[in-house]
Amino acid sequence: MRLRIKFKKYGPVRYTGHLDIMRFFQKAIRRAQIDVVYSNGFSPHQVMAFAAPLGVGLCSNGEYMDIEVHSIISCQDVLERLNAVSVPGIEIISVKVLPDSAGNAMASVAAASYTVVFRRGREPVTDLRAALPAFLARDQVLINKETKKGNREVDIRPGIFQLTMEEGHWTLRMLVDASSSGNIKPAQVMEAILADHNESLKENALIITREDVYTDIGASGKRALVPLDDIGIIC
Amino acid sequence: MSERKLALSDDILLRIEKPVRYIGGEYNSVMKDPAKVSVRFAMCFPDVYEIGMSHLGIQILYDMFNSMGDVWCERVYSPWVDLDAVMREQHIPLFALESQDPVKEFDFLGITLQYEMCYTNVLQVLDLAQIPVNAADRGEDCPIVIGGGPCSYNPEPLADFFDIFYIGEGETRYRDLLNLYKECRKQGLHRVQFLRRAAKLPGMYVPRFYDVTYKEDGTIERFFPMEEGIPETVCKEIVMDMTDTYYPTKPVIPFIKVTQDRVVLEIQRGCIRGCRFCQAGQLYRPVRERDVETLKKYALEMLENTGYEEISLSSLSSSDYSKLPELVDFLIEECSKRHVNISLPSLRIDAFSLDVMSKVQDVKKSSLTFAPEAGSQRLRNVINKGLTTEAILKGAALAFEGGWTRVKLYFMLGLPTETEEDIRGIAELSNQIAATYFDTVPKERRAGGRVQIVASTSFFVPKPFTAFQWAAQCTKEDFLDKAYLTRTAISEQLNQKSIKYNWHEADASVMEGVLARGDRRLCNVIRKVYEKGGFYDAWGEYYDNDRWLQSMEECGLSVSFYAHRERSLDEIFPWDFIDCGVTKEFLKQEWEKAKREENSENCRQKCQGCGAARFGGGICFEPRQSSDTD
Repeated sequence: MRLRIKFKKYGPVRYTGHLDIMRFFQKAIRRAQIDVVYSNGFSPHQVMAFAAPLGVGLCSNGEYMDIEVHSIISCQDVLERLNAVSVPGIEIISVKVLPDSAGNAMASVAAASYTVVFRRGREPVTDLRAALPAFLARDQVLINKETKKGNREVDIRPGIFQLTMEEGHWTLRMLVDASSSGNIKPAQVMEAILADHNESLKENALIITREDVYTDIGASGKRALVPLDDIGIIC
Repeated sequence: MSERKLALSDDILLRIEKPVRYIGGEYNSVMKDPAKVSVRFAMCFPDVYEIGMSHLGIQILYDMFNSMGDVWCERVYSPWVDLDAVMREQHIPLFALESQDPVKEFDFLGITLQYEMCYTNVLQVLDLAQIPVNAADRGEDCPIVIGGGPCSYNPEPLADFFDIFYIGEGETRYRDLLNLYKECRKQGLHRVQFLRRAAKLPGMYVPRFYDVTYKEDGTIERFFPMEEGIPETVCKEIVMDMTDTYYPTKPVIPFIKVTQDRVVLEIQRGCIRGCRFCQAGQLYRPVRERDVETLKKYALEMLENTGYEEISLSSLSSSDYSKLPELVDFLIEECSKRHVNISLPSLRIDAFSLDVMSKVQDVKKSSLTFAPEAGSQRLRNVINKGLTTEAILKGAALAFEGGWTRVKLYFMLGLPTETEEDIRGIAELSNQIAATYFDTVPKERRAGGRVQIVASTSFFVPKPFTAFQWAAQCTKEDFLDKAYLTRTAISEQLNQKSIKYNWHEADASVMEGVLARGDRRLCNVIRKVYEKGGFYDAWGEYYDNDRWLQSMEECGLSVSFYAHRERSLDEIFPWDFIDCGVTKEFLKQEWEKAKREENSENCRQKCQGCGAARFGGGICFEPRQSSDTD
């Protein structure tokens, strides 16, 4: 059976990379004595998959990892066992059983929500709140994307599903495309808004927290985004 | 618990390589309330995090100190080159990983000395910690800087920089030292008064209470304590009961990939073989085994507490552990249940070990390692490495029959009495092994065609407390000539296509030789090299030989005097004041026997009277086996 595990990442551990987190969980699952499935072949490894790698330095309230297990006592038991062998800053918040029909974690990713806060002293000169409506009204927002084959221009406007700014704070919330073909980084959005006003982001200006990762359960072209583990059940 | 505040800002952490090195918070790292402990101890490995975290010794001491209710021990490692620059620029003091507090606020800073080329990093650590590099300049509020590890058996080149050296195994004497420290603090005594009392504790060497004078020829005239009551000889500390002592069953688990990414089980200390070039084999005498039932228990506990997928046995010569078959059978059974790999380094190649290894390794992908060290039987007798050509070829044949196709061979160049014939022997032996493959494995069974033999040579460095401590080390030019000869000889072999040859830089080996048998005058050299910007000398890309040569010259010292000079039998060595168990007389006898190409039997076969028996335990008091298969 497949479990979808939702976890938070915060505090100093935000500096661990994706591979570090993978290695961390491989050991944690063994410490927790979870009946995880190993692959066949000469060097068997745990059957484990992450939905969307998180960049170094970002915190998250909604990361997802799928593991294949032979059996469990209950979802709550898995959650408690894992948290008992975890470290401050890596916290399991939910464990659900996936239906057999569920797609693999990474392929299921459609969008992600982020909270973006400007560090004190690094706010832009531009009045962002005033600039947002005009930005969102644009048909196209072209940015330069660096790929292995060189630079190419990409239109990120269709991938920005929601973008708002909090009253009285240098805090923005956005919901953007996070699929493997159309992934948009929050910094790219902020750079694009500022570029309209001939400004650049200051170095490390943003404190970014991923709030959740979504899959699209909509039909016939109509998008219906739900958190990645909405499709699972607790047992 | 509220979030730990990091010593480094986000800006810095986002700019440098592998910020994870500096955040702490790893699983099994110990957090205590500083207000509730009496002593704060910072334990340092003076190299980058990944290297330091692979070292078992610090895990053992970390576990030991933190098991004491009144002590909090935290870890500190050398910041990498990029962070080093930032810390200097922004005057950020070196901090311990757990609390992120500056090391200069601690009571003790312990630095382990595992290899000579890390000495400049010792200065880097002190400097970045904002602790005066010279012990004589340290004020009342500075931590006590204490060194340990194998290089502390010749502490003299670092004598200026340490307050205390702990000679020997760390498990025994720290409680006494910390009690003394607390007592002195309670009485309001000064630093030097504490150090004076510490100097009288067993195993402690406090350099400031000793002086040294030199003869015209530069050798030592006298090395002596400067005050009444300071001991003339410092005897090493040794754990006699290897079973009833500390062991880190909950080692700290790094987030990032480090060199040693597995459970490490130290099965014994010491080695029975008595190879004449090997310092560790002498320093850790007598051989003391850990009880096999305890090891089995630790193995399972550690796998449970860590979640590691691999377990490894650590010792100088694992084949000599008396209960190895039982331990290995246990591990094979338990590990296969748990999807755990087993790694078995330092095994002799014989029928038993091949059988074991075929069960735990993918025979096709792993390589077998032989360490003949010398290319000819004659030279092997000189170094007392009892591995015969016959045994090597027999082992190789068995291995090839069992499906192995990769062989690694380790040799040294520059051993005492070495001739060209000995060097050619390296090529010939490699060739014979390749030939054995073709003789043993019929054409049909040769998957992929060829056998791969990788021969590596390192350059011999004479070390203190070995039979070769009187030997002259080769010059860099001689070393390179020998490497060239080896390469040529290999290319002339019939099976040369199956043999790959690797050798290393000779520069650093010579400087290592200078430091290994150096005296106090080298402190100035190390300081100068560091001031000129030298550090991470153990790393090929940062080692600058010219900087060292220049510094030697500016200090009026000669590389030749320390490295290339053969010592006379009555010379006083900088390390003679240390008693490591093995007597100088015994080592002299071994030196003479080496020149006569005579073997000495191993501890299990026949006691050679090295002197270690006076510790009253270990193999010295076990019944001897009359036969021994090599």
